[in-house]
Amino acid sequence: MYTDLVMDHFTNPRNVGEIEDADGVGQIGNPVCGDVMRISIAVDDKDRIADVKFKTFGCGAAVATSSMVTEMVMGKSLEEAADISNKAVAEALGGLPPNKMHCSNLAADALHLAIQDYLVKNGREADVEQFLKALPKEREHSSH
Amino acid sequence: MKTVYFDHAATTPVDRRVLDAMLPYFSEQYGNPSELHRLGREARAAVEAARAQVAAVLGAGEKEIVFTAGGTESDNLALFGGLARSQPGHLIVSAIEHPAVMEAARALNRQGWAVDFIPVDGDGIVDVDAYEQAFRDDTRLASVMFANNVVGSVQPVAALARIAHEKGALFHTDAVQAVGSLPVDVGELGVDLLSLSGHKLYGPKGIGALYVKRGTRLQPILHGGGHERRLRSGTENVPGIVGLGVAMTTAAAQLPEVRPRLERLRDKLAAGVAERIPEVTSLGHPTQRLPGNVAFSVRYVEGESMLLRLDAHGFMVSSGSACASGSLEPSHVVLALGLRAEDAHGSMRISLGRENTEEEVDAFLEAFPPIVDKLRQMSPLYVKG
Repeated sequence: MYTDLVMDHFTNPRNVGEIEDADGVGQIGNPVCGDVMRISIAVDDKDRIADVKFKTFGCGAAVATSSMVTEMVMGKSLEEAADISNKAVAEALGGLPPNKMHCSNLAADALHLAIQDYLVKNGREADVEQFLKALPKEREHSSH
Repeated sequence: MKTVYFDHAATTPVDRRVLDAMLPYFSEQYGNPSELHRLGREARAAVEAARAQVAAVLGAGEKEIVFTAGGTESDNLALFGGLARSQPGHLIVSAIEHPAVMEAARALNRQGWAVDFIPVDGDGIVDVDAYEQAFRDDTRLASVMFANNVVGSVQPVAALARIAHEKGALFHTDAVQAVGSLPVDVGELGVDLLSLSGHKLYGPKGIGALYVKRGTRLQPILHGGGHERRLRSGTENVPGIVGLGVAMTTAAAQLPEVRPRLERLRDKLAAGVAERIPEVTSLGHPTQRLPGNVAFSVRYVEGESMLLRLDAHGFMVSSGSACASGSLEPSHVVLALGLRAEDAHGSMRISLGRENTEEEVDAFLEAFPPIVDKLRQMSPLYVKG
């Protein structure tokens, strides 16, 4: 049911952990639903993601998308990183089973929240809107 | 890498003796049991011999056994067939039934039947008082499983059947997990209807049976040529029926040896997990449970992740997490025990079978703690205590 690339990222996840004194942290999901993802970023003075790490509670797809998104954005500018969607992460993994697209594919949202956190902390609210055209909302199904 | 199969509640390998008994009935003894010629008569004889085997193990009469395509069909025949004669009334099922009963009850509910789902206690045993109080004047049938497929808890079936009869209702039990693993005698239990499945007891998939107590009025749910005393039309699955007969006989013969051995391995495995991994909750009743069932919940870790990592080490297990169940909800059984949803997502089921060894249990106890540790290190919910 999972592609080899998903299994590879699940079995050998990249960039696991938490950055100490991170510049931005984003968390999304709800343990009741079975998925929680936390992404922390370090941003350099050129607005580039110098480091990124994740911690995830969830299924194989949740871990693999988290791992993949960290690999995709490492060294990227905030603006580039903000453009990466959940769908793009799933595509980079060669696709996910249909039932995983909705519930476990939130890694880009966690990343966007981390970028937002960084921008707000640095008094750059104006950039939030420019970079993050579609900010992740609290998940619809996190209420059940 | 060695495969260690710990998922016998899902299905079992076909026993060699079962397979050998079945093989001639595919291409040599392929007659239709309804036909009068020699091949037909021989197939009929094989079907009836298997019926006698199944009946003998259950302490039933041969005419009380109806062959079906499996547990799901048996459960549906029991509920829909048992209720078809009456106007919609009231039906009682437990909160931890297999989907084959649960969804059949919901379908009856949509047809106008009132349904009560009886809660279980923290050990997964049906609340007998709540059960008794749920009966109404128009309660026609109660269905409570013999042993739960997820957490292994064994229900007080004889007492529940007695209560149903006092209230004038039929009693059905889904004994799919119990038959072959525990002694099941329909006379002692006093049930009217009992479902069983071949592939849970080292028989083939696609065959099962429903015990229908003599005098129980049942309507067919499949209409056709009137096979199986009109209760189940369709040409008999002769190889499957032959396999089921041998599987039943073999399981019954081995039960006195296999049951205590599995109980010992089960208890060793459960104790080993509890000893080696902090913050694990065991699920189900400590003693009133299936001989091969170990169920527990691991905090801060999601079940599918554990399952996939164990799979990578050669261990085949099952999980009650939402992901593993293919829905957004974790197992309704684990939730019925009172676990929080986040802990239900971390539930695991190991179901041992007769070919499992102590070495395999030891290997699991070696492999599992580092897997949990790794996943907890990755979990944002985990705060090392």
